[in-house]
Amino acid sequence: MQKNIICVACPMGCGVTVELDDNGTIVSVTGNTCKRGDAYARTEITNPVRSLATTVKVEGGVFNVVPCKSSGALPKDKVFDCMEVINSVCAKAPVKLGDVLVSDILGTGIDIVATNHCPIK
Amino acid sequence: MLNYDIVVIGGGPAGMAAALKAKECGVDSILILERAETLGGILEQCIHTGFGLHYFGEELSGPEYADRFISLVDEQKIEYKTDTMALEITENNVVYAVNKTDGLLEIQSKAVILAMGCRERPRGALNIAGSRASGVMSAGTAQKYVNIDGYMPGKKVVILGSGDIGLIMARRMTLEGAEVKVVCELMPYSSGLTRNIVQCLDDFNIPLRLSCTVIGIHGKDRVEGVTIANVDENRRPIPGTEEYIECDTLLLSVGLIPENELTRAVGIELDPVTSGAVVDENRETSHNGVFACGNVLHVHDLVDYVTLESQTAGEGAARYVLGGNNEPEYITTKGVNGVRYIVPQKVNIKNDGDVKLYFRVGQVYKNAKTVVKYNGEEIISKKRPRLAPGEMESVIIKNDMLKGFAEGGIIEISVEE
Repeated sequence: MQKNIICVACPMGCGVTVELDDNGTIVSVTGNTCKRGDAYARTEITNPVRSLATTVKVEGGVFNVVPCKSSGALPKDKVFDCMEVINSVCAKAPVKLGDVLVSDILGTGIDIVATNHCPIK
Repeated sequence: MLNYDIVVIGGGPAGMAAALKAKECGVDSILILERAETLGGILEQCIHTGFGLHYFGEELSGPEYADRFISLVDEQKIEYKTDTMALEITENNVVYAVNKTDGLLEIQSKAVILAMGCRERPRGALNIAGSRASGVMSAGTAQKYVNIDGYMPGKKVVILGSGDIGLIMARRMTLEGAEVKVVCELMPYSSGLTRNIVQCLDDFNIPLRLSCTVIGIHGKDRVEGVTIANVDENRRPIPGTEEYIECDTLLLSVGLIPENELTRAVGIELDPVTSGAVVDENRETSHNGVFACGNVLHVHDLVDYVTLESQTAGEGAARYVLGGNNEPEYITTKGVNGVRYIVPQKVNIKNDGDVKLYFRVGQVYKNAKTVVKYNGEEIISKKRPRLAPGEMESVIIKNDMLKGFAEGGIIEISVEE
């Protein structure tokens, strides 16, 4: 089987083709023009990850929500499940930049941390 | 009347970096004027990550990037007034501003730094047919609703424009449960970063339609749908390609306009291509003691470059205030053959340092080279594997080279394939 992806390791945006055998093992990576492209394509096929940035509701703050991000990259297929968890949480003002709002989200070992301050109203 | 050495108009990344640099260079009397409730500018609503890779070597969100500078402004005890609108700059660098607590402010300043940023091109600039139904807004407005106010502006969304703000909002709306039906792009290519096309559109199977635009907005009180159509090479809709798409929201991400009303009113010379002031290598405008930096000067793709440019302006303003500027001898810069513009537009050859010229190309090139010529003679040539309108390029003119130039000379940068 063949999978075509666009490399985002740099702005060149090379089209990379990854050849897989029946067991899903990578046979070849072609189309990339550098080593980083090879590495990116292998991760993207075997274990794609994304960082997540969103907001968390705040009670009693000057703003209704405070922005947050994942402390590291999350498995791509867990992004929407993580959104559900994050949207069910309500932080209490004051929130400080760097506060952990959800720890070890869905057992991934990744925390959701505030990326701004939200003082008390 | 208040008196300051430097008044900075705008407390976003440009204004803060300029003020901090001026302070570092020995100017203590500085005032930042900010229209919004807090310092930070547009970064406050750009909650996605990717900021600071060049400047801090870290991937930060917008608010985190801004917070580093806000903390420094506080630490350095630089004065600022938020909720304050600058109204006018006079011939003698008096700045008029207004806010609720002080009323009208009259501030005599030795130097002024313009750091007002951009605003988005509005619907009115596009001439799309249709009623004034609610649900049509700029991508940045939607970004503020979602990320700062915590409201979702719609459920079924069409986005016009595939610049980075449009792409980022396609992902943001999708993550919050909206259905983004399509992103239309008038041009045959997206001006957004490849990374954003992959991670904001492809990840969620959001179609990107190139050479396509919105030609009609339907609905009376609320948007009910839009008509899109393909366009020809002259960007004219092609009859017969119209398609109706049901939606309740249309987001516009169709370009940024530097907010230069104050600049224009005081008669500062503007560059018709950048829509920002014409500046020298210190980012000083045609008006003595008035400097400009950040998106009000030209639209940047990375905030990291805004910070660097604003430090240049801050240093220039400090030198202006502290004295020691000699009578300048200028050469001019000009983008030709594929290079849309160069900033700065003029360079003082008596400058003591190297000068970095920033430029932007008008289309995508692969395996091209950029050539710098002085009075028609090639002085620098560099191979570029990829050039794109969305990515600012730069070239350094070394000081010893500069010393060899004569007043009135012209530096041209071009693309050769």
